[in-house]
This record gives sequence, C-alpha cells and structure tokens, in this order.
Amino acid sequence: MNSEELRRLKRRKMLNSIMHVIFLACTLFGVVVLAILMLDILRKGIPWLSLDFLKNFPSRFPRKSGIYPALLGSLWVILLTALIAFPVGVGTAIYLEEYAEDNKFTEFIKLNIANLAGVPSIIYGMLGLAVFVRLFSMGRTILAAAFTMAILILPIIIISSQEAIKSVPSSLKQASYALGTTKWQTVTGVILPYALPGILTGSILAVSRALGEAAPLIVVGALAYVSFIPKGPLDQFTVLPIQIFNWAGMPKKEFQDIAAAGIIVLLVILLGVNSVAIILRNKYQIRMKD
Amino acid sequence: MEAILSVRNLNFYYGDNRALKDINMDIYKNNVTAFIGPSGCGKSTFLRTLNRMNDFIENVKVEGSIIYEGKDIYSKEMEPVELRRRIGMVFQKPNPFPKTIYENIVYGLRKNGVNKKEILDEVVEKTLKAVALYDEVKDKIYKSALELSGGQQQRLCIARAIAMQPDVVLMDEPTSALDPISTMKIEELVLELKKDYTIIIVTHSMQQAARISDYTAFFLNGEVIEYDETSKIFSNPRDKRTEDYITGRFG
Ligand SMILES: Nc1ncnc2c1ncn2[C@@H]1O[C@H](COP(=O)(O)OP(=O)(O)O)[C@@H](O)[C@H]1O
Ligand SMILES: [Mg+2]
Repeated sequence: MNSEELRRLKRRKMLNSIMHVIFLACTLFGVVVLAILMLDILRKGIPWLSLDFLKNFPSRFPRKSGIYPALLGSLWVILLTALIAFPVGVGTAIYLEEYAEDNKFTEFIKLNIANLAGVPSIIYGMLGLAVFVRLFSMGRTILAAAFTMAILILPIIIISSQEAIKSVPSSLKQASYALGTTKWQTVTGVILPYALPGILTGSILAVSRALGEAAPLIVVGALAYVSFIPKGPLDQFTVLPIQIFNWAGMPKKEFQDIAAAGIIVLLVILLGVNSVAIILRNKYQIRMKD
Repeated sequence: MEAILSVRNLNFYYGDNRALKDINMDIYKNNVTAFIGPSGCGKSTFLRTLNRMNDFIENVKVEGSIIYEGKDIYSKEMEPVELRRRIGMVFQKPNPFPKTIYENIVYGLRKNGVNKKEILDEVVEKTLKAVALYDEVKDKIYKSALELSGGQQQRLCIARAIAMQPDVVLMDEPTSALDPISTMKIEELVLELKKDYTIIIVTHSMQQAARISDYTAFFLNGEVIEYDETSKIFSNPRDKRTEDYITGRFG
C-alpha cells in the first residue's frame, strides 16, 4: 500500500468515526430530552401521588384534588372502544385477506385504510361530533367518545391484523382445506389461532394510543370539570389526558405538580398495557421459531 | 379392475399457460398409482385437480371432466368441501398444525361435527397405529406436533388425512424432504395403506415408483406420455421418451 492509499484509508476511517459520533449524538439527544422530561415529571408529581389522589374528585383545593372521575372515564372509554374496534377491525382484516377477491375495489379499500391511519386525530373528533353526537343523537356521552375512538384506531387494528393474518403459512391453510373444511372453519381452526398473538399485539398498541388522545374527545365534548362518577355508557365524562391538560392550564403552581402526578398515572397505565403487548409478542416469536 | 376416478380430456390453464394437455386416465381402486416426470411437467397440478385444491389459485381454468362415483367433480352436484373430505391429501413438506398430536389427527373430524371423546380417542389410537407412529408417540399425544421429527411429522400428516376415512389419498412427493430411513418407513406405510385406500403418489424418484406403485404415469410438458402397469413401464416402455427418462437420460 502506498502512502496515497494509506492517506485515503485514514480519511475514510475518520469520516466513519465522525458519523458514528454524530449518530450517537442524535440518539442521545432524544434519550436525554426524554430523561429530563421524565425526571421533571417524577420530581414534581411523586409528592402528590397517594391513594387519595386516585380516589378523590378534582377540587379547587390542590390538597383535595384527585383524578378518580377521569380515571374511570378513561377506563370506560377505552373498554368500550376496544369492544367496538376489535371485532370490527379483525372482521375487516379477515374479510380483506381471506374472503375478498383481489380486484380493483379491494385494492381501493386497502389503500384507503392505510391512508386513514395517517389522518390527524382531531379530524376524527369532528367526525365523531357530527355523526355520533349529533346524527345518532348519542349526545356528549362515553358511548359517542368510544365510537369516535374506535373509528380512530380502526385502521391500525385492521392493518396489524392483516399483517398477522398474512403471516399464517399457506401450507397450514391448505392442510386445513384439504381435510374438507369451509373457509370459515379454516379461519377459526387455523388462521385465527395462529394470527391471534399478532392481532392482539397490534390491537393493544392501538388501544394504548387511544388512551393518550385528548384532542378528538375535546371536540366530541368531554367535560372539563366532572363532579360525578360515570356509571354507564350514556353518562358524561372526562378522561385522563383532558384532566391533565386542565390542571396544567391552571394558574396555581400546585396544579402544575398535580398535572405531573396525573401524567405519572397515565404513563403507568400505558406502560402496563404496552408490556402486555410485548409479552404477547415474545410468546409469539418463540412459537415462530419451531 | 374398478376405476375410482376417471379423467376425461382434462385441460388445465394457469392464465394462458396450458399446464395439462388432454389427459385421459383411469385410477384404479386399492392400487398405488405413481406420477413420475421431470419437475414442472404438471404432476402436482394434475394431483390438485383431483381434489380441487387448484380452486384456491386465482386465474385458472379447467376443461374436461373427472368422474368420481358417477359424478363430474367439477359439476354443480359436487361440493368441493365434501370432495376433499373423501379425497385426502398429503403435501410435499410436512405441515402439521401448531397444535397437539391429538388435535392434529381429530381436526378434520371435529370440523365435520364429530366431537364425542370416545370416538375421537379411538380414531387417534387407530390411525397412529395405522401409520406406525403409535409406539413412538403414545406418551406425548397431548404434546405439540412440532416437537416430532420430519419423518414423524409426515406420518402424522398421513394419519391426519386417513382419520377422515377418505377413499383416495393424494400424496405430492411426500418423502422429498425426508431422510432415507423416514422415506423407507413411508414407503412401507403406503404399501400397507393400499389395502384400505386408493393412493396416488407423485414422486421424482423412479426407484420409489418402481418399489411401491402398481401403476405408473409418465408426465412430460403437461402430457401423459405413457400410463400402464408399473412393471411394464419400467421393463418395457412403449414410448422412446419414457425409456429415455427411466434410464436417466434426462430429467
Ligand atoms: N400457482 C401457479 N401459478 C402459475 N403457474 C403455475 C403454478 N403452479 C405451477 N405452475 C406452472 O405449471 C407447470 C406445472 O407445474 P407443477 O404442476 O408444479 O409441476 P411438477 O409438480 O411436475 O413439478 C409449471 O410450468 C409451473 O410453472
Ligand atoms: Mg410438484
């Protein structure tokens, strides 16, 4: 190797090292910002966390303030959202992958579902207000909110279910058909059992996205201040992100910290939901290996 | 000799590609019929026309008729789901369901409405014995079928097919993914099973065809060049191309 080549090699190595550092910095930037944010929230919020905080209603007095109605509201909305979105989403995916013919119309639907997944959530809020609250006269209720959220996460559930269904080996489907089964029997006997972990993972992640959404529910008409416990789908409600948003906007400094406590509660729930998804996915991967 | 399937002027198209050309053939009951020929000549395609597994492929066309029990299997009178229950299939690669050995065998029965435990238990034991798998797996029939070796999996797939008590069992190169010992076991099994079933087996091993089949059809480019008793095909082929193939001059 002559000196010219050696110099070029050194330059290439140098560039490589520089890029290495730059990419590391990019990664660290994200991680550090997130860490600072988390630390700040934990520092402010933890002193306010208590059982009373979970059990109390919001109040003018910081000491008495709690998130009980918002917590219940969130649980109600999310439960109903899942109940609506899961069967419809999985049903759509089964139809598109197994029943629908591969024609222009099916192609058109698939394309549009992919596009719908990218529509800003506030648009779904407008839709929910117009269709569920007004047209179907559901009013500003948990039910209307759940339908709105269900529509919002439907594309994600459909797409992830489609992927899971596509991953079912065709050799297994053929084995089932060759035993004299109908399409529906093959769907329930082979396709769904195989695809279920993937479907559940995608659906749970979709639901956890809905947990954190505030914008569409503000439009649909979640209340800013709730002094009662929602008891059924036709009650009015608020949800955690909206409650947090309200506290964060209050002038008293303590309420900023209470908002941080609310964020911690929301994060814990999200973390719990997501870890269920991760556990399912790991179980799924182990089975894929053999 | 009684024909269980009669194929008449069968043509098959993938789009514009004519993969089977004017096939006429009688498949005889309780015999083993082997399909041989170079790869891509239409053996699998033909096998799949016999239980309508080609229905799942888009953009295909079938002409001609296949008579089974007096009915054309491509006519409206024949329900493909029912047909596949009567004409079972074993695939090239072992494809057990990711379920227990037990559930693999009773899958088809359950889907056909048989749910009585005593009946299912009996079928599991009987079919496992029939495929000579019983002694090897009797302690783990409630374990996953995926824990079995490839050869055992393939025998399980045969058990799964015969649990439906079909008339005909179609096998598409069932030993091509297996080691010699497993292959030998499956060959013995085929000879055993022909007492109760009619077996059609695609194979690219001429030795295998010679060892286990009563009739052999030689395929070339979508045509049946020669179809006769196996002994005649191998000792005294009528067509030059058959002779070239079995003497290993091509394919
Ligand atoms: N699913 C399919 N779609 C289109 N063409 C196919 C398909 N399967 C097989 N063919 C074509 O049909 C011909 C016969 O194939 P095949 O029946 O698989 O042959 P063999 O089993 O004898 O190897 C080949 O030319 C192959 O390319
Ligand atoms: Mg083949």
